[in-house]
Amino acid sequence: MVEFKDFETVEVETDLLIVGGGMAACGAAVEAAYWAKKNNKKVIMVDKAAPDRSGAVAMGLSAINQYVGLKDGANTIKDYVDYVRNDLMGVTREDLVANIARHVDSTVHLFEKWGLPLWKDKEGNYVHEGRWQLMINGESYKIVVAEAAKNALGVDNIYERVFITHPIVEGGKCVGAYGFSVRENKFYVFKAGAVLCAMGGAVGVFKPRSSGEGAGRAWYPPFNSGASAYFTLKAGAEMTCQEVRFIPVRFKDAYGPVGAWFLLFKSRATNALGEAYMQTRRPELEKWGPYGKVKPVPANLRNWLMMLDVMEGKGPIYMRTEEAIANLAAEYKDDKKAFKRKMKELEEEAWEDFLDMTISQAILWAATNTAPEEKSSEIAAAEPYFIGSHSGASGAWVSGPKDLAPEEYFWGYDNMTTVKGLFAAGDASGASSHKFSSGSHAEGRIAAKAAIRYLVKENPSKGNPSADDINKYRDMVTHPLKLFAENQGKSTMPEVNPEYILPKMYMMRLQKLMDEYAGGVTAQFTTSEANLKKALELIALLKEDSQKLGARNLHELMRCWENVHRTYQAEAHVRAILFREETRWPGYYFRSDKPSMDPEWECFVNLSMDPESEEWSAKKVPIKKIF
Amino acid sequence: MPSFVMPDKCDGCKALDKTACQYVCPNDLMVLNKETEKAYNQEPEQCWECYCCVKICPTQAIDVRGYADFVPMGASVVPMRSTDNIMWTVKFRNGSLKRFKFPIRTTPEGKAEPAGGFESGDDLDGIELFTEPASNGLDKVWTK
Ligand SMILES: Cc1cc2nc3c(=O)[nH]c(=O)nc-3n(C[C@H](O)[C@H](O)[C@H](O)COP(=O)(O)OP(=O)(O)OC[C@H]3O[C@@H](n4cnc5c(N)ncnc54)[C@H](O)[C@@H]3O)c2cc1C
Ligand code: SF4
Ligand code: SF4
Repeated sequence: MVEFKDFETVEVETDLLIVGGGMAACGAAVEAAYWAKKNNKKVIMVDKAAPDRSGAVAMGLSAINQYVGLKDGANTIKDYVDYVRNDLMGVTREDLVANIARHVDSTVHLFEKWGLPLWKDKEGNYVHEGRWQLMINGESYKIVVAEAAKNALGVDNIYERVFITHPIVEGGKCVGAYGFSVRENKFYVFKAGAVLCAMGGAVGVFKPRSSGEGAGRAWYPPFNSGASAYFTLKAGAEMTCQEVRFIPVRFKDAYGPVGAWFLLFKSRATNALGEAYMQTRRPELEKWGPYGKVKPVPANLRNWLMMLDVMEGKGPIYMRTEEAIANLAAEYKDDKKAFKRKMKELEEEAWEDFLDMTISQAILWAATNTAPEEKSSEIAAAEPYFIGSHSGASGAWVSGPKDLAPEEYFWGYDNMTTVKGLFAAGDASGASSHKFSSGSHAEGRIAAKAAIRYLVKENPSKGNPSADDINKYRDMVTHPLKLFAENQGKSTMPEVNPEYILPKMYMMRLQKLMDEYAGGVTAQFTTSEANLKKALELIALLKEDSQKLGARNLHELMRCWENVHRTYQAEAHVRAILFREETRWPGYYFRSDKPSMDPEWECFVNLSMDPESEEWSAKKVPIKKIF
Repeated sequence: MPSFVMPDKCDGCKALDKTACQYVCPNDLMVLNKETEKAYNQEPEQCWECYCCVKICPTQAIDVRGYADFVPMGASVVPMRSTDNIMWTVKFRNGSLKRFKFPIRTTPEGKAEPAGGFESGDDLDGIELFTEPASNGLDKVWTK
C-alpha cells in the first residue's frame, strides 16, 4: 500500500529567482551574481536536476553553433540577422537577434577561459564547422558552464532536484514560484522580487517515432517538458511563434548529427533512386517567396524537399557516405598516405560528433556493423519539438533592448515578458531563433542584468502568498499522490484503475492526438482546420482528466506535472497553427487547407491565456525591421 | 534496456546519502534498491542514453544496451572519463573495435573563474554585460 504523507512547506526568500539550470540559466547566474553583489541583491537558481548535467547539453555538444567573430571582422551583426530572418521565412525579432549576436562572442570567449576546449588551427584561430559554428571537444561543456555558475553564485544558492510547477503573481507582477522536491516530501515556496524563466523547450508533446524502449530517444532531451511555456502562460505572459516548431533531419532512429557529414565530408543526400532532392526539387523552392531563393536554403525548406520525395514513395532517404569517401579518395589518388591520414582525421571527427552529443548513434552504427565507406546510412525527419533557441522560434514575447528595439517592442527592460518582473531566455523566449547553446547563455546574461536593474530601479516587493494560497497550491500540486493513495484499492493492477490515470498513459493520449490531428509523423506533418478543431476538442477532455492524474511516488508526481505542462504547450501550438491561415514553414508543418504562403501573414502570431479563466486570445503583430 | 546496472560491480555507492548515478541523471531515472543496495534504471523508455550515469559511476557498474526497438544486439560503447580526457571503446557487433581519446577540459576541475580574468565595468544602465567590452575582444559593444 502506498500511503499519502503530508508535505513540509519550505519558504525561501530571494531578490532574483532563476528557474532552470541549463545554458540560459547558467548564463543568467554568472551575470546576476556580478551585478547582485554590487547592488546588494540575492540570487537563487532552481533546477529539476543537477546543473552539472541538466538540459539539452547534458551529454555534451560537438560544436558551438553561434559565434559571430566580430573581433576578427569576420561577419557583421546584420549578416547574422539576415541569416536568421531568412531561415525563419521572415518571422524574426531583429532587435532580439541583434542583441544576442553582439554579446555571444563574449560568452564564447568566457567558455574558453573556463576550460572548454575549442579547436584551433595552426595559426591559433578557431576551427569552424560552418560560417557561424566552432568545433569543440564538448564532452564536458555543461560541466564547465555549470561550474562557473556555481562558483559565481555559491552552492548554497542553488537548489537541485526541485521541480518548478507554477509562478506566483501578485498585483500583476511575477514575484516567485511554487515547486516540489523530487527527493523528499517538501513543497517549496520561492518568494522573489523578480523571476527569470529558463526551463528549456518541450519534447514528448508529439508521439515519438520509437514508442517502445526507444521512446526516450528523441533528438531533444526527454527531460525538457514545456515548463517554460506553462510557467509564462500561467503568469499571463504573451507568447509568440507558438506555431514555429522544429523538426530536425538526422540519421534515422538514433538521431545522430549530420553536420560533420554534410560540412566536413561534403556528403550528398539522395532518395532510394539516387536522386538528390536538393537538385531535382529545386523548382519547388520558387513557391516559397524570397525565402526559397536565399542561401543557405532555410532548414524547413530543405526538410520539405526531402518530405516530397518521401511522400511520393521515393524513400528511404540516404546520406551517401560511401560516395563522399570515394570522392575524397579520388582527390588523393596520387598520395595514398595522405589519403589515409585525411581519412583517419575525418573518421575521428565523425565519431566524435556522435560520441560528444548522440552516443546512441555510435551504438547503432556499431550494432549494425556500419562501415560508412561501404554503405549509405538512412536519414529521416524526427518528430516535432519546441526549441525556440534552435531552428524553431516558440517562446514568450519579450522586450527588446532600448538602443535597438522599435518602440512597439520596448517596455523598459531587455527580455522582460509582458508580465512585470518576469524575464525569459533561451528556449523560453521567442522569435529569436538560432541562438543555440552559446546564444542562450548570452541571452541569459542579458536578461539577468536587466532583471537586476529592474530590482534596483523599481524595488518591487517580494512575493508574499497567504497561508491559504500556499495550502491551495500545495494541495493541488500533491493531489496526484493523494488520489492514488485513496483509490489504489479499486483495482488489482495499479496501471488500470477507474479513478485515476497514470502519467505515462496520459502522455500517450496527448501524443496520439497531437500526432494524428496536429501534424505529427503519422500524419506526415500535415494538418488542417478541421483536424486542429478536433485536436482542441480532445485536448479539452484531456485537460479535464489532468485532474485525475495519479502518482505512486515523487518521481511520478514529477511526470504528472511534466505532462500538464506539455498539454498547455500542445494547446498553444494548435491554437497558433489554427489562427495562422497559411503554410509558411512547409517542412515543419503543412496546412492542407491553406497550402501556400500568404504575404498577409508575414507577421507574428501572438497568443495569451487568461490564467484564471484559461480563455485564449490570438492576434497578429506586425514585424518591424531594424536593418 | 538503455542504461543498466551490473549487480556484481555496483556497491550502492557504499550507502552514502546519495548515489552518484542518482545525483547526476538529468531525467531522475536512477534509483537505489534499498534491499539489494544496487541501483537500477526505473524507466528505461525515458532514458536518453546520455551516459551521464555511466561516466560518473565510481565502479564502472553501468553500461548501455541499445534501445531494443531498433538496435540489434551485441555492440557496446564504453567511456572512461578522467579529469582531462575521455577514452571511448566502440565494439561492433562483428567484434571489430575502435578507440578514440578526446580532451574534455583545459582547466583543473572546479577552477572555472566566472570573470575569466576579464575586467568589468559597473554601469548598470549600460549595454555592456559583465566582462564587456574586454571579453568581446573589442573596445566597445556594438550598437546601431
Ligand atoms: C540534440 C541537440 C543537439 C544540439 N546541438 C547543438 C550544438 O551542436 N551547438 C549548439 O550551440 N547548440 C546545440 N543545441 C542547442 C542547445 O542545446 C540549446 O540551444 C540550449 O541548451 C538552450 O538552452 P536553455 O537554457 O534554454 O535550455 P536547456 O539548456 O535545455 O536547460 C533547461 C533547464 O531547465 C531545467 N528544467 C526543465 N523543467 C524544469 C522544471 N519544471 N523545474 C526546474 N527546472 C526545470 C532543466 O533541468 C535544465 O536545467 C542542441 C540541442 C539539442 C537538443
Ligand atoms: S553510481 Fe555505480 S556504484 Fe553507485 S549506486 Fe550507481 S551504479 Fe551503483
Ligand atoms: S543514460 Fe542518461 S538518461 Fe539514461 S539513466 Fe543514465 S543518466 Fe539517466
